Amino acid sequence: MSLRDESGTLFEFLHMEMVNMFLSTEDEGKNSQSDVRDFVHVKLEKIGFSCGRCLAERLTQDMPRMTDQLEVIKFICKDFWMNIYQKQVDNLRTNHRGVYVLQDNKFQSFVPIANGTQYIDQMSPFLAMPCGLIRGALAALGHTATVHADVVNMPACTFQIRIQRVESDVLS
Amino acid sequence: MSLMNVLGRAGDSRKVNGELFAFMYGSLVTQLVIDYETDEAINTQLEKMGYNIGIRLIEDFLARSGVARCVDFRETADVVAKLGFKQFLGIQPAVTNWSNDGKDFSLIFDNNPLCDFVELPADHPNLSYSNLLCGVIRGALEMVQMKVECKFVQDVLQGHTTTEMRVRLLEIIDEGELPSNNT
Repeated sequence: MSLRDESGTLFEFLHMEMVNMFLSTEDEGKNSQSDVRDFVHVKLEKIGFSCGRCLAERLTQDMPRMTDQLEVIKFICKDFWMNIYQKQVDNLRTNHRGVYVLQDNKFQSFVPIANGTQYIDQMSPFLAMPCGLIRGALAALGHTATVHADVVNMPACTFQIRIQRVESDVLS
Repeated sequence: MSLMNVLGRAGDSRKVNGELFAFMYGSLVTQLVIDYETDEAINTQLEKMGYNIGIRLIEDFLARSGVARCVDFRETADVVAKLGFKQFLGIQPAVTNWSNDGKDFSLIFDNNPLCDFVELPADHPNLSYSNLLCGVIRGALEMVQMKVECKFVQDVLQGHTTTEMRVRLLEIIDEGELPSNNT
């Protein structure tokens, strides 16, 4: 965890504990395993969303308004990511039609967990909150989006962002 | 020495970083308020989460700060307030109100970064918003052989003039004995 500072460590511990807490409390009430995962996912995503929205507002308060969609995405890859994970996103790809793929080769939440492919199937609860963070930041900057995360080889992680086209985009 | 590096670091990015934690904590409490029916249940849950964080955070703290074993509980109190809180939250609560037997003390928080953006809704008068911190202290100290009990006795969010946490030493855990599986 050499990259993390103290508040990053605290943030990470709180995140892990949230995942753990929601998994164990939801487990008591529901029967089916996929139900549990869904409930946990929704809650963590929601927490990430409101946290991401607040943070994006806080970070952009002294910046000029971002007019361009790509500018917003770049803000997320650089300043926003830097603030949460003390590093920038490593690679950004886009189809120029509202789909962006952010690749982080050393996703800081995964660094202390595992290296390689062994635990990939257990990682989905740990991805809900980061997805929510991105979606929240985009919402604060005026874009409605869906965010989906993929892991192929830890600690690398990719986030796919699909921004909904709004009326004004279509007209212009 | 590492502490000096920490303190010397640029202030601004650190502040926003700390706010990230405050935002996430706030979102978490909001979710718990929806999930649980009573304030007491929320407080318990937050304390439990704090405990689980504390038992792991102590290692990080010891590694970064390099402090040696404390000679008595008074020194422990000082380390918690002046190094622990400083390092992770950037605040230094005051240690006061020692009881005569030297087992109880209070931490007075002038400002609490967790509460920077918070107002409690009127229908949650007993919600101890920062209760996570109590759990963190309990968990961390248990890992260094001290069983303590922590509680917020006053909270500005609840309308008091100061925020005060009361810490009570229950026992020093024997080296040979394993810490109980307390959750």
